[in-house]
Amino acid sequence: MKLALWTYEGPPHVGAMRIATAMRGVHYVLHAPQGDTYADLLFTMIERRAERPPVTYTTFQARDLGGDTAELFKNAARDAVARFKPQALMVGASCTAELIQDDPGGLAEALALPIPVVPLELPSYQKKENWGAAETFYQMVRAFAKKDPGATPPVVGPRCNVLGPTGLGFRHRDDLVEVQRLLASIGVEVSVVAPWQATPADLARLPEASFNVVLYPETAGLAASYLKRTLGQPHTRTIPIGVRGTEDFVREVAELAGLDPEAAVARARDASTGRSAWYSASVDATYLTGKRVFIFGDASHAIAAARVAADELGFKVVGLGTYSREFAREVREAAARHGIEALISDDYLEVEAAVASAEPELVLGTQMERHIAKRLSIPCAVISAPVHVQDFPARYSPQMGFEGANVLFDTWVHPLMMGLEEHLLGMFRNDFEFHADAAASHLGAGAGPARPAIPVARAVVAPPADIVMAAVPPANAPPATVRAEADAAAPVALSWAPDAERELGKIPFFVRGKARRNTERFAAEQGLTVITRTTLYEAKAHYGR
Amino acid sequence: MNAPIAIEVLRERGQREVFCGLTGIIWLHRKIQDAFFLVVGSRTCAHLIQSAAGVMIFAEPRFATAIIDDRDLAGLADANEELDRVVDQLLARRPDIRLLFLVGSCPSEVIKLDLSRAAERLGARYLPQVRVLNYSGSGIETTFTQGEDACLASLVPQMAQSHEAAQLLIVGSLADVVEDQLVGLLTEMGIEQVACLPPRRAGDLPAVGPHTRFLLAQPFLADTARALEARGARPLPAPFPLGVEGTRGWLAAAAAAFDVAPERLDAVVEAPIARARAALARHKPLLEGKRVFFFPDSQLEIPLARFLARELSMQLVEVGTPYLHRAHLQQEIEWLPEGVRLVEGQDVDLQLARCREARPDLVVCGLGLANPLEAEGMTTKWSIELVFTPIQGFEQAGDLAELFARPFVRRALISGAGSTTRGAAA
Ligand code: SF4
Ligand code: SF4
Repeated sequence: MKLALWTYEGPPHVGAMRIATAMRGVHYVLHAPQGDTYADLLFTMIERRAERPPVTYTTFQARDLGGDTAELFKNAARDAVARFKPQALMVGASCTAELIQDDPGGLAEALALPIPVVPLELPSYQKKENWGAAETFYQMVRAFAKKDPGATPPVVGPRCNVLGPTGLGFRHRDDLVEVQRLLASIGVEVSVVAPWQATPADLARLPEASFNVVLYPETAGLAASYLKRTLGQPHTRTIPIGVRGTEDFVREVAELAGLDPEAAVARARDASTGRSAWYSASVDATYLTGKRVFIFGDASHAIAAARVAADELGFKVVGLGTYSREFAREVREAAARHGIEALISDDYLEVEAAVASAEPELVLGTQMERHIAKRLSIPCAVISAPVHVQDFPARYSPQMGFEGANVLFDTWVHPLMMGLEEHLLGMFRNDFEFHADAAASHLGAGAGPARPAIPVARAVVAPPADIVMAAVPPANAPPATVRAEADAAAPVALSWAPDAERELGKIPFFVRGKARRNTERFAAEQGLTVITRTTLYEAKAHYGR
Repeated sequence: MNAPIAIEVLRERGQREVFCGLTGIIWLHRKIQDAFFLVVGSRTCAHLIQSAAGVMIFAEPRFATAIIDDRDLAGLADANEELDRVVDQLLARRPDIRLLFLVGSCPSEVIKLDLSRAAERLGARYLPQVRVLNYSGSGIETTFTQGEDACLASLVPQMAQSHEAAQLLIVGSLADVVEDQLVGLLTEMGIEQVACLPPRRAGDLPAVGPHTRFLLAQPFLADTARALEARGARPLPAPFPLGVEGTRGWLAAAAAAFDVAPERLDAVVEAPIARARAALARHKPLLEGKRVFFFPDSQLEIPLARFLARELSMQLVEVGTPYLHRAHLQQEIEWLPEGVRLVEGQDVDLQLARCREARPDLVVCGLGLANPLEAEGMTTKWSIELVFTPIQGFEQAGDLAELFARPFVRRALISGAGSTTRGAAA
């Protein structure tokens, strides 16, 4: 028994659901109690799927247990086939049904259904979601991919399958588009993509390619090794994340496809708009140097993120870990390359403690680490499942390929910039423009108890530069803006005494506009015409209550 | 009490698309602020609570799961020792906890892990610091809100014996703000002895006895009511405090039992009723005449349907409920318009077919169905929001109407924005 506050992975049958929802023409009959239907909302709410997952739950109750839960299962399977008319049926048990040992596979077989049935044995008390997805995909491939090489036409030209994208995957939808573009740019044809949108008939055509591209070893690793074993199809091992990862991936693909690797890399680069490398090299990014970063996620994303962080952004990797024990060895090796020890744990509290003690300046993790980082006030970006509704952005946002590298640059650097702003705000928190309950910047302007503007005073003074400053500039705004503000001509109705003007100049530029406005408003209310240094401090005292 | 009226109820026993009773932990742990809920279950149970809790991850939660693994399944003696170890670990970490619930799940029940004995054993070790109780939130025994029923029922034997004069007990968890309002109205009417179950702190568990009269604030508390009656308390038949009529009827039941003069009741409720009516009037034009279809979820469906039909003039196409407790819902059922289709239990595919056929203006359903139905062009309201939002009492009547009006408002607002791309998920 293990105490769990939050879990990184669901049970293995949720992994099976990720395969069923990704594919077309299959239906999954799951022997499970009613509460297990919660899993539907992962797909309909988090992924915003427009259809219900193709899953029928038997929803047996306590009163059925003495009686015939097996009969319930058989009826559910029969009804599902009649109602949904799938090309193939997946059958299995959730944790509770596993204990009552009804053997869904045997029961379904006894029904002599008109379609193929794939029984899934997913031990709920040992295994977890990703393994469940990998095992299910493997079972589907084993059931449907033709094994007789003679039955398959010989492969002509460079042709591969793309394996791995599932339902509820972290950016799988966009990664797939990006990798397909990448493959097209170097002249490699894609035969079958699976499990995403694949039918059982598509799986049958898997042998019609000379090699496999594995996007996510977590979900496609088992199937890919099976295809290698039985059909002799080799598969890629490089994850195309980051500029270097993408280039290495292209080289690996080119070799498997019998193309010139360096020429392929050149073609792939020509076909894309990679900005991340230049952005990282530009002087503006100097402040990223040596930023301490803590990385946690599924193994593939964590290892790739560590490489990008260190080699492409110049960060220092101070923590690297994964919740997937299945890939502990790979993550340990990667951690060793960064001179640290890997954290292999699915205990959220242990991860939190590790983050706190590593004192990172940036956390790259899952939604769990995002919350840890929030609590510790450390900037954070999400790089891996478990997914959240925010991980399905409306815009195209791949993690893989050259466009993915651009996305990584933006999404990792943004929180650091926001963090910098927070920091500056904190530094001047005791300034008269700030108060302890000021809203965090990510809540946007106007959130929280902002001071109400008094339009009368604005009408009196309103120097144009104030309008420039009204939109608080980013911390690294060009100096020109600052000067424009400082040189702003004094308003007609009110004038600033030179000592007051000098004092104003000492206030940090990004809050100076507001200080000026407040002081002028105060002076107007007091009926003053000249603002002195004293007025400035009186205004500060007035608004700083 | 009148004899229950005859109503036609369609009973279905097919696939249910409803949460199990574990879900109640999400609002119960907010309500009883020094209680901890330890589910003894599987990874599925942990995942369910986490998925339903959503954003509440920001605080260290007062719930967790002791995940059973294959070693525990090897022998039961082992599982008990393991559970004790987990509880020790937990209580060492959370010294602020005064009440620990061991919550049973399907797996713990199927392997016959005796949580009542475990609670006794652990209680003996941790009392008086921590009281340890148990109840079942399993999906084979409980549906969604029945988890709260089981939880509250487990508290009843813990309540002290009261021999005092008449006391009113409000039963069922309400948002604090609602509870304060209702207690305030009762006090204004002159009913001084009012207590609530569940209490906000474990130590404030009210007493119960033959002079206790109780009012259910929620329709799903059959076991709790039975347990209270076994302690001598007597139920006050009443509608549920949703909308003007329901709230007034609920307060009137208390008034009658505590000899409050009708004039006094009227005086107390007059102003809040006027406010509630004004708030309802704002939403009525949008809702009037609209046809609504309820999928079964929280057992709140019948009182909600009654409110929508009588106070907002909506038409009821179908009202599904996971269970129908006729005794507690008698008044509510009498208030329903004649000929409404009531469905108890569920067969989700058949129900979806009826829903598609009826093309209602508004579908009240769970999160698993809402987006798919929206993608089919239907307007939906998530039923779970009705459980998490303060909706009872006069001051919330307008908010309740607004919850049903919002989907229409929103649809109208964005109807020009490319509705053809609905459901572009794939
Ligand atoms: S239905 Fe049973 S197994 Fe499923 S989450 Fe609820 S208690 Fe756990
Ligand atoms: S702006 Fe908000 S979300 Fe973004 S890094 Fe800062 S605190 Fe986190």
